[in-house]
Amino acid sequence: MNTNVISLVSIGAHPTSGRPRRAEQDARAVELGLQMAGDKLQVLHAGNINEPTLRSYLGMGLPQLHVLEQPAGSDALPVLSEYLRDAGAQVVLAGSQAETGEGSGMLPYLLAEQLGWPLIVGLAQVESIDGGVAHVLQALPRGQRRRLKVRLPFLATVDNAAPKPRQSAYGPAQRGELAAHEVEIEQDELFTGAVLQPAKPRPKRLKVIKAKSGADRMKAATAKASGGGGQVLKGLSPEAGAEAILKLLIEEGVVR
Amino acid sequence: MLNTLLPILLFAALGLAVVGALRRVNMWRRGRASKVDLLGGLLAMPKRYMVDLHHVVARDKYIANTHVATALGFVLSALLAILVHGFGLQSRILGYALLLASVLMFVGATFVYLRRRNPPSRLSKGPWMRLPKSLMAFSVSFFLVTLPVAGILQADFGGWLLAALLSVGVLWGVSEMFFGMTWGGPMKHAFAGALHLAWHRRAERFGGGRSTGLKPLDLSDKTAPLGVEKPKDFTWNQLLGFDACVQCGKCEAACPAFAAGQPLNPKKLIQDMVVGLAGGTDAKFAGSPYPGKPIGEHSGNPHQPIVNGLVDAETLWSCTTCRACVEECPMMIEHVDAIVDMRRHLTLEKGATPNKGAEVLENLIATDNPGGFAPGGRLNWAADLNLPLLSEKGSADVLFWVGDGAFDMRNQRTLRAFVKVLKAAKVDFAVLGLEERDSGDVARRLGDEATFQLLASRNIQTLAKYSFKRIVTCDPHSFHVLKNEYGAFNGNYLVQHHSTFMAELIGEGALNLGQHKGNSVTYHDPCYLGRYNGEYEAPRQVLRALGIEVKEMQRSGFRSRCCGGGGGAPITDIPGKQRIPDMRMDDIRETGAELVAVGCPQCTAMLEGVVEPRPLIKDIAELVADALLEDAVPTKAPIKREPAEVH
Repeated sequence: MNTNVISLVSIGAHPTSGRPRRAEQDARAVELGLQMAGDKLQVLHAGNINEPTLRSYLGMGLPQLHVLEQPAGSDALPVLSEYLRDAGAQVVLAGSQAETGEGSGMLPYLLAEQLGWPLIVGLAQVESIDGGVAHVLQALPRGQRRRLKVRLPFLATVDNAAPKPRQSAYGPAQRGELAAHEVEIEQDELFTGAVLQPAKPRPKRLKVIKAKSGADRMKAATAKASGGGGQVLKGLSPEAGAEAILKLLIEEGVVR
Repeated sequence: MLNTLLPILLFAALGLAVVGALRRVNMWRRGRASKVDLLGGLLAMPKRYMVDLHHVVARDKYIANTHVATALGFVLSALLAILVHGFGLQSRILGYALLLASVLMFVGATFVYLRRRNPPSRLSKGPWMRLPKSLMAFSVSFFLVTLPVAGILQADFGGWLLAALLSVGVLWGVSEMFFGMTWGGPMKHAFAGALHLAWHRRAERFGGGRSTGLKPLDLSDKTAPLGVEKPKDFTWNQLLGFDACVQCGKCEAACPAFAAGQPLNPKKLIQDMVVGLAGGTDAKFAGSPYPGKPIGEHSGNPHQPIVNGLVDAETLWSCTTCRACVEECPMMIEHVDAIVDMRRHLTLEKGATPNKGAEVLENLIATDNPGGFAPGGRLNWAADLNLPLLSEKGSADVLFWVGDGAFDMRNQRTLRAFVKVLKAAKVDFAVLGLEERDSGDVARRLGDEATFQLLASRNIQTLAKYSFKRIVTCDPHSFHVLKNEYGAFNGNYLVQHHSTFMAELIGEGALNLGQHKGNSVTYHDPCYLGRYNGEYEAPRQVLRALGIEVKEMQRSGFRSRCCGGGGGAPITDIPGKQRIPDMRMDDIRETGAELVAVGCPQCTAMLEGVVEPRPLIKDIAELVADALLEDAVPTKAPIKREPAEVH
């Protein structure tokens, strides 16, 4: 399998201490990339080359990590898309959502849009790549998998359904090379212009359990939490569809 | 005829022995450099051999006496035989001396033979079964050929047949004893052992000293290997140490992992290292295999990676670093050093720490504790205790090192009990609070020297900011690391285990103690307090002060069996046939005690993990705190003591 695979990595933050670390999902993107391309995997980061945490990706056994040098607050999108197009990438892997910065999870969508490539969300496994077409498994909730056929080049995000990342070892982390690339710096207006504030936890939907037997409780614990009043709308005009959605949002108290 | 044959045989064997010795020395020299005092070591060797080594051997009186007779008899016979039969100094006195020496050796050899008639499983068989016979052949032959020299018999007694028989006996004897000594026979232990004692890596161990801290890796030296990948990555005197093994199997008998059926046998491991340094397969090994791993499937040489050629990774990860093998080894071989050296390679180069290892190491880097708990919660256990912080006080008599047990609900009870004791004794103490980090013990035992050094240097930086007289901790692992392993990074402190400190407080009369009430008590020695630091007495002293008569386990003191919690073993979790803490609990049950006193959060956790019904587990600090009497009624104390005598 001689595919040109590039994994995108960012700086993560430990969930309890908030200290920089290798981002969990990005590490999975590197792991999947290593399984697909081995030594030929390219790993790419846009940001500060002096960030010591980058070495923890090198510790996974990478000889080299490419860094598009940018100061904090720059827009990674244009430089990444330019690099990916020039590098002739066929498969680009990224985590679903960054642990630091904006963390909106929008980057893969915007990248795919700019490059005009298909995007697979929640890639779990690449089964084969043959003649410019890849057969992949996409992760769905509750351990389900969907087999997809996708034309190269494509972009994919990985989440916790992707293979667990290998341990980062000190020796290779120290020996690996951080290759700097100079790029044009573009301020991220949306990010630097906005005010960040701590997120409020999303209210939980109340789940009333009326179960009388153990089996019922088990069912209640394992079954999908659902409002029960869902409906499938088919063959509607866009206006009618939008109306139905708005009605639901008002009912649920999302729109007031 | 014998007069011409004997010198030829003797000098031929000696010549071959010299060639073999040079060959062996070259094998050791494949290892990396190591700083040792070559000449001083050689000069100190006889004393190390006759005092330090003999102390260990003398724990088994039978074999100690046997060995003294055999070894002394052999050395004397060999020297005298070279003089008398080699150089032809046919003096009567020398003749009698040689007769006496060979008789002594024969007596020793007889006892070796008796032990070998029905050998315990820990002893290696194979060529070792031949050894007593070779010893006898040597001593009997030289006895007989020396009779004419002493003037007891005519020179040509017995005729041709006996002369032929004797020359075969002498040939057998000198082949085993001279030539075999340097060409890898059982007698190799004498040659390599003597040099190993001379050039031991931890010379501090001799003369009653103790050296248990792991040796640091120089991470700034980019050319040095990160741990040991191939046999040649060991230092040359480590290789020499492996070669000194007598295969007595005392380590095997003491190893908790071997007893639990995990794939580790310290003796086999050392022999595998010998195979590695000389090249070959383990097919000739004649002792117990690693449990569950057949002999003859592994091979190696000095330039080939050890793991998955010579030794499987699981073998290395089974070790609890309890040091029972090192304590028992009459040759003072350092098994734990070798295991950690090889683990370092696996962790630092391969990123192959098994099971939860990677997660724990990542947590240590990102949160300074192995559980990945928010570092801000480090002092939550003491939220209501109003503990003095060193950052506020600046100085204190005692720095109470809390350890990572702060995040464990069971251990928090111990910590709170100890704080109660400190307050009762009105000790001027303080804690580091959120400034404290994991001591680095687990990271280091898992082979992650880089993370250990990171944690150590940060802790040392923090400690340098404050002034205190001593550090006291409830955790023997932190105790050991702070006391013995921070020194290499310029962190030198007076560190005490809480049992030592409490024994001092009690000795000074600073505590108003009642008596322990109720059930009978045994005490479990933590490895990192006992074998690593030699503290067996203080905890017992504290227990005695509580009116407890400790019902000692058969394996206590320096023979204490590990709880299974050391060296990251619960994290790497290599499966065996049974669990180590279950075996230890059986030891405890044997004493009939209803309560086991412990002094280590790991031991507490491991032993409490044994299913009920089982004896209760209480830390010494908890026992002391329970027995504290209120200050208001100090005069009534003697009266209160009486009820303790019920039962």
